[in-house]
Amino acid sequence: MRVALLYPELLGTYGDGGNALVLAERARRRRRPVELETVTLDDRLPPADLYLLGGGEDGPQRLAADLLRRGDLVARVADGARVFAVCAGLQVLGTSFAVEGDDRYDGVGLVAATTVRGERRSVGDLAVRVGGRLLVGFENHGGVTRLAEGVVPFGEVVRGRGSDGRHDGFVTERVVATYAHGPVLALNPWFADELLTSLLGEPLEPLATVADRLYAERCARLGP
Amino acid sequence: MVRRPRASTWLAERAVVSVNRLSRLLGRGEGTVIGGRAGLALDPSLLGGLARGRTVVLVSGTNGKTTTTALVAAGWGGPVAVNDTGSNMVQGHVAALAGRPGVPAALEVDESWLPGIAAATRPAVVVLLNLSRDQLDRANEVRRVALRWRDLCATLTDTVVVANASDPLVAFAAETAPSVAWCDVATPWRLDAVSCPHCTAPLTFAPSGWSSTCGFAQPPATTVLSEGSLRVDGIEVDLELSLPGAVNRANAAFALTALARVGVDPRAAATRMASVREVAGRYARRRWRGGEVRLVLAKNPAGFSAALEEVADAPGDLWIAVNARMADGRDPSWLYDVPFERLAGRAVTCLGERRLDLATRLDYGGVDVRVGDAVPDPPPDRPVTIVANYTAFQEWNARTAP
Repeated sequence: MRVALLYPELLGTYGDGGNALVLAERARRRRRPVELETVTLDDRLPPADLYLLGGGEDGPQRLAADLLRRGDLVARVADGARVFAVCAGLQVLGTSFAVEGDDRYDGVGLVAATTVRGERRSVGDLAVRVGGRLLVGFENHGGVTRLAEGVVPFGEVVRGRGSDGRHDGFVTERVVATYAHGPVLALNPWFADELLTSLLGEPLEPLATVADRLYAERCARLGP
Repeated sequence: MVRRPRASTWLAERAVVSVNRLSRLLGRGEGTVIGGRAGLALDPSLLGGLARGRTVVLVSGTNGKTTTTALVAAGWGGPVAVNDTGSNMVQGHVAALAGRPGVPAALEVDESWLPGIAAATRPAVVVLLNLSRDQLDRANEVRRVALRWRDLCATLTDTVVVANASDPLVAFAAETAPSVAWCDVATPWRLDAVSCPHCTAPLTFAPSGWSSTCGFAQPPATTVLSEGSLRVDGIEVDLELSLPGAVNRANAAFALTALARVGVDPRAAATRMASVREVAGRYARRRWRGGEVRLVLAKNPAGFSAALEEVADAPGDLWIAVNARMADGRDPSWLYDVPFERLAGRAVTCLGERRLDLATRLDYGGVDVRVGDAVPDPPPDRPVTIVANYTAFQEWNARTAP
């Protein structure tokens, strides 16, 4: 299993690298080693089973979009690779997004989603209902993301704003994206394991960690 | 000569002094912010009036403001007006200067307040320490701060800017200043300066300094700090600090450069700085509940990274306390930007309101974690180092105060 963390120097404002660490550790503790690769600006996009994208400031976000359009992320996903993106990473995967000085900047176009500037920034706790479970995190972005007909949102917003106040992110066969930024997989061990399971194609044995207590505490605070 | 302040300034100044005294008498905190507010209500230009006729050194940056300001004050010798309660916005500055006419001033300034405070106080020196991620939930994006500083520096015609040449964002800000004293302190934190502030190309870091393909490069420095030696504006200085760690040697290098530019001999100043043993509780060693504790403040990834270098091999136990209140930034995601792997294999007691976030981070980093749901007692036979972020530090500082 190969996990590639993409451009942490551009998309890594909020500890987003934590998601790679969490996946690798949860797999390693079950004796399923994950090869973790950090892809920097100078590197070519290497083959991987899962690509991770984080959040970032406007200028770096534009640069990341340029790099990913020029690289062959779309082709890799067509070949079977998966993508998990948060925050600016979510916006970059769509067809276009708005950043300071640009009302419409070209995204990677992996998913038919467009992001426009919202009236105010969305900053605060975010809780999203995903298939009957709660995903908890924190959001900090100025975008409103609209999905084209037929694109499925990642979940329903229980607290916070997400994409538009009602829904958060999007999910396709191989791409998952949420506005819950930073180390969201650290806060939601069940979802980290779902990603791992989808990568391995087989169920994983349970793993007890202190993150279970953290998840329970955040759910008690942010849940309905 | 001390110029006489305007009448309304005099009135407002009296208001600051008396409201602060009243606030202290009533036991309502340390009494600086409230008095400053009262004075500003009477005279909005109060700070400018109070600063007139004295030598002012301003210190700003993400990390090290309070300590560097304390080192400037100690090194100066004689009375110095300081906002040493950590209130680093205009109310705190007004409170520090009120009632102390003509006394030189060393003021720490919040990064986003710096342009306004510099315009009001016409400082002799502005020290720009560093810029890195801190409290991102306030949308305080570091590059935006660097741009505002850059605009400010272009206007500082009667000021020496003492600037960190090793920090590309600070260099970007200070390069517009007419007069700069560059300091090379080998800043180890690079996560926020990976791409060039001018052209966004990746920066190259070499032992000789950083550079970009567009030609923007580390400016040659007149103050150079290396492992064994310090040269301040070309003068060799013996630096024997009581404060620990490489980060405080860097803070001292900035402070000595600032003092050299206001006419203080850096060698004499360095000797005086050795008397600083703690700064507002930071680095304080205290007897508490039958044990010995030492407090270290670290509030963001760069600060934590520097603190870990210093505490990782410290004898005794290690406790870390993290809160995520408004003043800390309400999002503790930054814990994953701190290289806690440095503590792998060590036992750490996790404290504070976000102890579970911290414990999860440390657990994934290979650290042996204990979650302290109640405040533990220190062991009687070995010291405890407590690293805490902003409001957690305030709690521990108060809890262990003699």
